[in-house]
Amino acid sequence: MKTRLERREHLSGLLFVAPLIAVLVLVAGWPLARTLYFSLTDAYLDDSANHVLVGFGNFVEVASDPVWWRAVRNTAIFTTISVAIETVLGLAIALLVHGAIPGRGLVRAAILVPWAMPVVVSTKIWEWMLNDQFGVVNRAIVGLGLADHGVAWVANGSLLLGVVIFIDVWMTTPFMVLLILAGLQILPEEIFEAAEVDGIPWWKRLWSITLPLLAPTIGVAVLFRVLDALRMFDLAYVLAGANVNAMTMSIYARDRLINNQELGVGSAASTMVFLLIAFVAIFIVGALRLDRSGAAER
Amino acid sequence: MASVALRSVSKSFGHVPVITDVNLEIADGELVVFVGPSGCGKSTLLRLIAGLVPVGAGDVVIDGEVVTDIPASKRGIAFVFQSYALYPHMTIARNIGFALETLGLSRQQIDAKVTEVAATLKIDHLLSRRPRELSGGQRQRVAIGRALVRQPEVFLFDEPLSNLDSDLRMEMRMEIAKLHASLAATMIYVTHDQVEAMTLADRIVVLNKGRIEQIGTPQQLYHAPQNRFVAGFIGSPRMNFMAVSANASGADCSVQGPGNLSLDVTLSGPGLPTEIGIRPEALSIAIQGQGKVTGTLERLEDLGHEHLAYVRIAPDIAWSVRLPNALGKVATGTSVGLDWRFEDLFLFDRDGHRLDHSMSHERSAAANEVRA
Repeated sequence: MKTRLERREHLSGLLFVAPLIAVLVLVAGWPLARTLYFSLTDAYLDDSANHVLVGFGNFVEVASDPVWWRAVRNTAIFTTISVAIETVLGLAIALLVHGAIPGRGLVRAAILVPWAMPVVVSTKIWEWMLNDQFGVVNRAIVGLGLADHGVAWVANGSLLLGVVIFIDVWMTTPFMVLLILAGLQILPEEIFEAAEVDGIPWWKRLWSITLPLLAPTIGVAVLFRVLDALRMFDLAYVLAGANVNAMTMSIYARDRLINNQELGVGSAASTMVFLLIAFVAIFIVGALRLDRSGAAER
Repeated sequence: MASVALRSVSKSFGHVPVITDVNLEIADGELVVFVGPSGCGKSTLLRLIAGLVPVGAGDVVIDGEVVTDIPASKRGIAFVFQSYALYPHMTIARNIGFALETLGLSRQQIDAKVTEVAATLKIDHLLSRRPRELSGGQRQRVAIGRALVRQPEVFLFDEPLSNLDSDLRMEMRMEIAKLHASLAATMIYVTHDQVEAMTLADRIVVLNKGRIEQIGTPQQLYHAPQNRFVAGFIGSPRMNFMAVSANASGADCSVQGPGNLSLDVTLSGPGLPTEIGIRPEALSIAIQGQGKVTGTLERLEDLGHEHLAYVRIAPDIAWSVRLPNALGKVATGTSVGLDWRFEDLFLFDRDGHRLDHSMSHERSAAANEVRA
């Protein structure tokens, strides 16, 4: 039996979260429901009121489209490689900046610059620097005698995904550095002093003390980055538009929805993106929980 | 085992001097306790010896070898932290044996050593647990075990018991004393708890504002403090002080102060007393009109095993008196006299140095008669 006081507290708790729930329903629940609904219709964007229900036909169409699978593959490659590089690089820089180096405050501020720039701006900057004729990168390569003529970084389809990954690493490594640095700074210093007195060499300190204690922080950082990378749209779109070599799942959905005006098929693709990301999110969060309960050994 | 020496060691953090010109010789197998008020630099001094903090000037010598520029790991020391500093993600067994993993020992050798140390400290049933599953006292044992397993030349303890409740603290204090007796290792122990200092130490180093005030056995510090700071720091409740005025002709000196204080003392050296001090346990309460000082009984506290009386001598001077028995019929608010034996009187000069004195002849004779 709940006491009256408990019921009252329960009620006031509900009252406090009610505004948030209302806003969430409005800005997330409603659009999601609409998308789900349209994914089951044959609607077109120019006249969305005029449609009939067609069941799961749109999903079948997306799943049998080789371009969709190309987009899924691109997104998977992009996510895996960019997040892996960002994590390793972010960890390394964080460890470096965490140490007492002169001008540390300035370094920390400077590291954040790429993260603070709008994606479109940094993408455009890189696009110009990588331009095959006028770009500074090719100029340097030719100038240093590394190649006779410049590389068509952005125009060459086989290089495109690599360039997207490179720019993303440049832009989001600071985010990783910041998160991991925050994690490093809350580790108790005396543990490391104890290891120092005990004569534990630096690599063993890193591997057996720092990394295990930092694992939850890194886990959360990776979760953030993976979810972000799976939704990748702006960078790849600004750089390559709907070029199939750098097409991500989000770009595919947009292409069907806006360019082809296929509201039904586009919604189906969007729903599939949503389900995929939700699945990955649940998987990673589950893995992190396991770790936190202390089940992980050594 | 090894001796430890500090030679003109100084250290500043930025422009703030923390340790100033400290000289200290610690013999092989000695247990030396650093005490002092918080911020006196006692923990910094310990870290300087450990090599966790580089010295600003001077030298640290361990076992006759200058180790000033040698890293902590090569100084042959073990450090026990106040926070225990256990590795939270490792089992107790691995916490204790971790330092051995880099020494090229086999798994079996490490396990054997860990088991042996754990048995000595009675924590062998906890080896598969993690630090957070242990109580404070058990964690402290693990921290000591981690130090023991490396068989260091010198043990350094940084307020190891201050996070424990008083029962456990007493138990661990005896444990550390036993450990010191059985290992005969050199130990340096930092504490702000003077009971720990008095009971554990072979010698105590009293620090104040980064300087050594006095080095001595617990008895020397208690019975012959060199200055007012040490006199006031060692002893609980603390020594009672009173500012006095003095007139000297040669060695004979008459001392006047509040509460009708009037004493004749014979000084054994130069200097004029400006302050007197008497420990609470050296005072006795006399009936009004007798004793050396008069005041008003303000409050009585019954602690069971002892009784504390507070006597106000002047508006800004209240002395505490420690009595073995209850003060029966004396009511608070009445005027009382306070008496003491002459040899229990401490005299301090303007700079806080203690002045040696002997009793004046007549009174000395009288006192002897009474005692005989």
